[in-house]
Amino acid sequence: MPEITRDEVAHLATLARIDLSDAELDHLAPQLSVILDSVASITGVAGDDVPPTSHALPLTNVFREDVVVPGLTAEEALAGAPEVEEQRFSVPRILGEEA
Amino acid sequence: MTTSTTEALMPFDDVLAAYDPALGLEVHVELNTASKMFCGCPAEFGGEPNAGVCPTCLGLPGAMPVVNGKAVESAIRIGLALNCDIAEWCRFARKNYFYPDMPKNFQTSQYDEPIAFDGWMDVDVEGETYRVEIERAHMEEDTGKSLHVGGSTGRIHGADHSLVDYNRAGIPLIEIVTRPILGAGEKAPEVAKAYVAQLRELIVALGVSEARMDQGNLRADVNLSLSPKGSGTLGTRTETKNVNSFRSVERAVRYEMQRHAAILTSGGSILQETRHWHEDTGITTSGRVKSDAEDYRYFPEPDLVPVAPSREWVEELRGTLPENPTARRARLQAEWGFSDLEMRDTVGAGALGLVEETIAAGAAPQAARKWWLGELARRSNEDGVDLVDLPITPADVARIQALVDEKVVNDKLARQVFEGVLAGEGTPDEVVEKRGLAVVSDDGALGAAVDNAIAANPDVADKIRDGKVAAAGALIGAVMKEMRGQADAGRVRELILEKLA
Repeated sequence: MPEITRDEVAHLATLARIDLSDAELDHLAPQLSVILDSVASITGVAGDDVPPTSHALPLTNVFREDVVVPGLTAEEALAGAPEVEEQRFSVPRILGEEA
Repeated sequence: MTTSTTEALMPFDDVLAAYDPALGLEVHVELNTASKMFCGCPAEFGGEPNAGVCPTCLGLPGAMPVVNGKAVESAIRIGLALNCDIAEWCRFARKNYFYPDMPKNFQTSQYDEPIAFDGWMDVDVEGETYRVEIERAHMEEDTGKSLHVGGSTGRIHGADHSLVDYNRAGIPLIEIVTRPILGAGEKAPEVAKAYVAQLRELIVALGVSEARMDQGNLRADVNLSLSPKGSGTLGTRTETKNVNSFRSVERAVRYEMQRHAAILTSGGSILQETRHWHEDTGITTSGRVKSDAEDYRYFPEPDLVPVAPSREWVEELRGTLPENPTARRARLQAEWGFSDLEMRDTVGAGALGLVEETIAAGAAPQAARKWWLGELARRSNEDGVDLVDLPITPADVARIQALVDEKVVNDKLARQVFEGVLAGEGTPDEVVEKRGLAVVSDDGALGAAVDNAIAANPDVADKIRDGKVAAAGALIGAVMKEMRGQADAGRVRELILEKLA
């Protein structure tokens, strides 16, 4: 049975940039364990003859022709941006790494 | 973050006495497809900011990616040219990280199922062949381009905020990763440079990318570690990012070898981290420490179905491959009549393709080699750029040689034509015209200069009259000086000998 610890949930939350309080961690960590248990029960149904899959449809090689099609104008692209400067998305200072 | 420029370095020869280097290279190749990897936006960087984007490459909710078939074809051809196996079935994966250059908060890449794997490339360095093993070549997408505002140097340090242009986000990339390259020893810097240079030649021959390092079409990350000599172990590595010329690859390897050795010898340990290469100062500085940041929580991309290239398709693509590099070098050497040493120098300078194109544009092989490895190599060293990045084309070089052959200019004036073309003054013919460089072979103008030279050097003239023809050199020199180098030396000699017969 998969077991997810409170520390692992805290770590995942950090990676996903989700700010969880101690109370939220206490509340959510056991719930995630239950969800994982439920999902794991599927492995009990699938026999050795059923390969793991990541897609619901038995499709491969869905390709697009290498052709340019019109997208958005810069104005449309930037319409939802919280801040725009020099026709670019303005984002807060990037910390911790040099580009 | 430290940006110390005073890190201790061990002399290179001392490094080799105590340590064995292990190299690893990751090269990103930006494909020259018309459209992006997963959407129909133009795969062209530059131009008006954020005008080449759509909901898919902006990561807007509900947008669905579709794979560019041409990019898969290019990936397979690159894999085959690198002697890789091609996956019968592989998937894309999401690489999750938070950085504003990737608007989806993940990069669509490949993880444990690359399209191509287990290949090799033979690299020639000064007459020796090193087999570089290729671990994998996988498909992914490029990121957006950030401008940092408020810092004094355009870097992140001190910036208030950043401005992002997503035109580049989603352009198809192929990342080619080597296995650790061991046993290169003192040649490690040269092997690294030669690998990237010869990989570039291969990519150009395949026609799948513009492959300009100065434009960022080809970007190299250099991994390096040292281990105690003869230990057979692998030490802790650093990864120097975005090294953007062949010569910088060589310099970065040399620098990291010397830096690692100084730390290890003084009892320290190497921090596993990324390093930033500084082209201007030739040093690396600390980047990001690899720890939690490595946890990208890859998982199979649910919005894209697997890629399963049929063996028929793979064989069809194998039939489109250019001549393999070793065979090509042997053929060109025979065609051009180059000695082993001339060929080695040409390959070593990253000039093989340039010389080939110059010859194709009409120049004789030795002339093409002479200009690229002489005048132009000197300029590329002075300017600190690779030959291929000099602002002159093989066609220009062939034209300048044609001007020499047609006696419009002599070798000395040709150097001024090169200077003019490199300075952006126009085509070779325009430079000759604008700078008034054409050689004078008109007897009227030359005759007057010859008369002046004879009058000014009566003793020399007497010697020639007495049959000492070798003395004519002094008079030719005098005429050349008067004509500012623009005289046809052969005709001047004839005139001198006629007049003093």
